[in-house]
Amino acid sequence: MSDAVLREFCQWLAATPLSHAIQTAGWVIPALQIIHILGVAVIFSSAIIVDLRIWRVFQREVPLPDIARRFLPMVWPVLLVLVVTGSLLIIGEPRRSLLNTTFYLKMALLAVALALTGALQWSLSSAPEFWQGGPARPMTGRLAATLSILAWCSILFAGRWIAYTQVG
Amino acid sequence: MLRLADLIAPFENSGVADSIRENDLLFPLIESVHVLSICLVVGSILVVDLRLLGLASTNQPVSRVTRAILPLTWSAFVVAVASGSLMFISNATKYLGNGYFVAKLLLIGAAGVNMAVFHAVSARDLPRWDNESAPPLRARLVGGLSIFLWIAVVACGRWVGFTMPVG
Repeated sequence: MSDAVLREFCQWLAATPLSHAIQTAGWVIPALQIIHILGVAVIFSSAIIVDLRIWRVFQREVPLPDIARRFLPMVWPVLLVLVVTGSLLIIGEPRRSLLNTTFYLKMALLAVALALTGALQWSLSSAPEFWQGGPARPMTGRLAATLSILAWCSILFAGRWIAYTQVG
Repeated sequence: MLRLADLIAPFENSGVADSIRENDLLFPLIESVHVLSICLVVGSILVVDLRLLGLASTNQPVSRVTRAILPLTWSAFVVAVASGSLMFISNATKYLGNGYFVAKLLLIGAAGVNMAVFHAVSARDLPRWDNESAPPLRARLVGGLSIFLWIAVVACGRWVGFTMPVG
């Protein structure tokens, strides 16, 4: 989408009744941000706990598939909460995110992190022993876990950075 | 009598506080570390709270859940306190005058007392109900109160950012 179209879209979005409602009630945006960050806390902690288990620094006496089954399924419903609150925040202040490179970086990182989380969940549910076979798979698992930790941490950084990189 | 203002002045006037105030990148960086560590504190303590409420991880003994999770919670808490202190000294006087900031500190204190009560009172006979999926009421109350307090801590923290714009 070209820059001009995007700006026009932001203008249109900011003029909608819903955007007006979000803008004029001063408590709505911080309230949405609080729900958003609580959701982030749940997903982030779940992902980190499973990644730490892959690195064997968390509950190594419990099999990895059990840990994954305990912590990963909740990622998806909570993600829905994040999408809803995130979308409302964008509707309330379209320019803050949609005209901000940091926002797109955050979304790209989110795609990577969710792909890693989904792939891990899927591999373990279809073959619980998957990450134990041979010498290569545990290494691959650790690499994926490291990538996942880095991606989730970067998402949180980017999220906070959106506030500092918004244009006019 | 020594006033709080005199106590914090040396920190607020220190070189570190100066750098955080003057460097455009330093404050957002510290703030991001703070948000990240708070998320880990809240998310991990929630695992323990839900176990105490009998709502999650019920196939595991309570003691095993706390032993596995609490080191993570405490490590993240140390980082949150360190990063929070750095932000605090950059503008100490203004933070102390902010009601949400003071409320946040009190709520963290309350969460600490809640945890101490759990260890000293509720969990005294832990071996007796360690394996039960639904712990006794006095443990469930601690878990429920903890969830409430930490949500309130996050809410106050976000509101501090809104009432004291720095960046």
